[in-house]
Amino acid sequence: MFSEGLTDFFQLCLSGFAVGCVYAIVALGFVIIYKATDVFNFAQGELMTLGAFICYLFIVQLHVPIIWAFLLTFIVTALIGMITEEIFLRPMVGEPIFSVIMITVGLSVLLKGIIGLSWGYMIKKFPSFISEDPLSVAGMVISPLHLTTIIVTAILIVVFTIFFKFSKMGIAMRAVASDQDASLLMGISVRKIFGLSWSISAIVACIGGILLSSITILHPSSSFVGIKVFPAVVLGGMDSIVGAIVGGIIIGIVENIAGGYIDPIVGGGVKEITAFVVLLAILMIRPYGLFGKEEIERV
Amino acid sequence: MRSGDFKVSYAEDIRILQTTFIKICIGIFIVALIAYVSIADRYFIYLINLAAIATIGSLGLNLLTGFTGQISIGHAGFLAIGAYCSAILTSKCSFPFLLALPAAGAATIAAGLLVGIPSLRLKGLYLAITTFAFGFIVEHVANTWDSLTNGSQGMTVPPVEIFGASFDTDRSFFFIIFPLTAFAIIFARNVIRSKAGRAWIAIRDQDIAAQTIGINLLWYKLSSFAVSSLYAGIAGALFAHYLMYISPGHFELLVSVQYLAMIIVGGLGSILGSVFGAVFMILLPEMLKFLPDLLRDSHPVIVERFADINLILYGLIIILFLLKEPKGLYGIWTDIKVYWRNWPYTY
Repeated sequence: MFSEGLTDFFQLCLSGFAVGCVYAIVALGFVIIYKATDVFNFAQGELMTLGAFICYLFIVQLHVPIIWAFLLTFIVTALIGMITEEIFLRPMVGEPIFSVIMITVGLSVLLKGIIGLSWGYMIKKFPSFISEDPLSVAGMVISPLHLTTIIVTAILIVVFTIFFKFSKMGIAMRAVASDQDASLLMGISVRKIFGLSWSISAIVACIGGILLSSITILHPSSSFVGIKVFPAVVLGGMDSIVGAIVGGIIIGIVENIAGGYIDPIVGGGVKEITAFVVLLAILMIRPYGLFGKEEIERV
Repeated sequence: MRSGDFKVSYAEDIRILQTTFIKICIGIFIVALIAYVSIADRYFIYLINLAAIATIGSLGLNLLTGFTGQISIGHAGFLAIGAYCSAILTSKCSFPFLLALPAAGAATIAAGLLVGIPSLRLKGLYLAITTFAFGFIVEHVANTWDSLTNGSQGMTVPPVEIFGASFDTDRSFFFIIFPLTAFAIIFARNVIRSKAGRAWIAIRDQDIAAQTIGINLLWYKLSSFAVSSLYAGIAGALFAHYLMYISPGHFELLVSVQYLAMIIVGGLGSILGSVFGAVFMILLPEMLKFLPDLLRDSHPVIVERFADINLILYGLIIILFLLKEPKGLYGIWTDIKVYWRNWPYTY
């Protein structure tokens, strides 16, 4: 249908798109926390990996039926998110930004240790729920897992749009994000919203973790993807949910294309680093990202 | 306040060693340390040397983060540049150590300025992400640039050699690192009470106000980055020549976190705190190593998973200090001092 070079290009875009969807999901969880509680969560990647491991625990180690396993996983991760907020982040409200950042950095190290201690460093494979025979579309190949990832992302976007637009909780969360004092005066419990944001974010991160470990492998070092999400959120704008999704997908595609075209020339290593080069470029040119709120403060 | 301790001039008030008692204490400490090193076991000298190297690094980070308020989550990147620069110059270009060390310092200053430039536009969070990305990129380059750094296998580094004398034992290295660390502490202490130091503190407290009263943000932010990265570069180079082997694993993200933990545990914005924090964070895992020895038979898990337990501990220490004792060990130290000074009264 297309010439060979063009097909290759689209193929790279397509698989980049699927990986970008995972970034988008994790970035979504990240933005939910940042928007509602003003906390830049360096531990998002660890939350993601922890969620995936908990799911693994239920499905493989405890042999819970799949539907129940997912449900249990979501409940447990939501609780973990809520408790984390309650114990570690609540006392830091109003503290300088450095302390808050460092709390989440400490949290990420702590969770990394807990994950390593509980599950070890053997490479694990997530049980696959669907066939792995690749589908062929217009000369391009896509694995059903990648397709699932794309579909799940689409569903999440729809669910969250409805949640934030129409549900009482979602509207309360948006209110807290835009003005905490005013929403307190309107009778919204800001504490509850903070806890809720963390638990929603933990669930979203967990979904991202499950998808990622289905596509690749399950290993404590998967939390590395959490780091890759920074470029995505910065590109999209840190307080924009649309931005998180667009940013994640763009980073996924750019990374894959750079890996496909530049890696063979320089002999590897470009793919991992592209996202961060993009990150530095954005921070220099447009620090508030594509969709973020523009805050100008000249010094 | 001590009775009879009246300051009658400004110079007296900003003096570093305020009383004869403190001078005597420091004199005794130095003599005791040197005496201890000349008789101590190799292992303990090794720990002292590591702590001294870490002190230089954490001083640098504290000057940048604690005093100037510019968050750096990529300090391991500066350490790596210093270490690799000195290692490559001495092993591949056969530079003498005395030339390689300043060269490593200069290279890290250049890197520091490069990272510092975005700090003129970005604050807080964004700067944290920038430095984070920087640290990551440096580690990645060290890992992939095989021809220069030998990649993940790491490279061997010649020991410190000054005018033909080789300092390759732990004890002899101590006599290199000790004066350097002392100089680093004294320099940091002095730069803080100079115009530059006061400007840094002003920038930390309120940068717009600092700009308004005539502090050149460009110059002082960049100078803070330069001094901080110079410290880190020197620490990295010394580390490389001391261990005589470096690999990208020595400069991973966790090391940056470790250095941040040092200044948080020690006390942000305190010179003495940097020293406390560095010593504490170096000794802590070593002290913990005795724990597995005790539990080896009953709980073999603890020995196998020691690295993970270490991670958990780092995380907990950072979080607990931030939550419970934000002033760090230095805060505890001053509290104790005040307590004894006023005893038996509470104030």
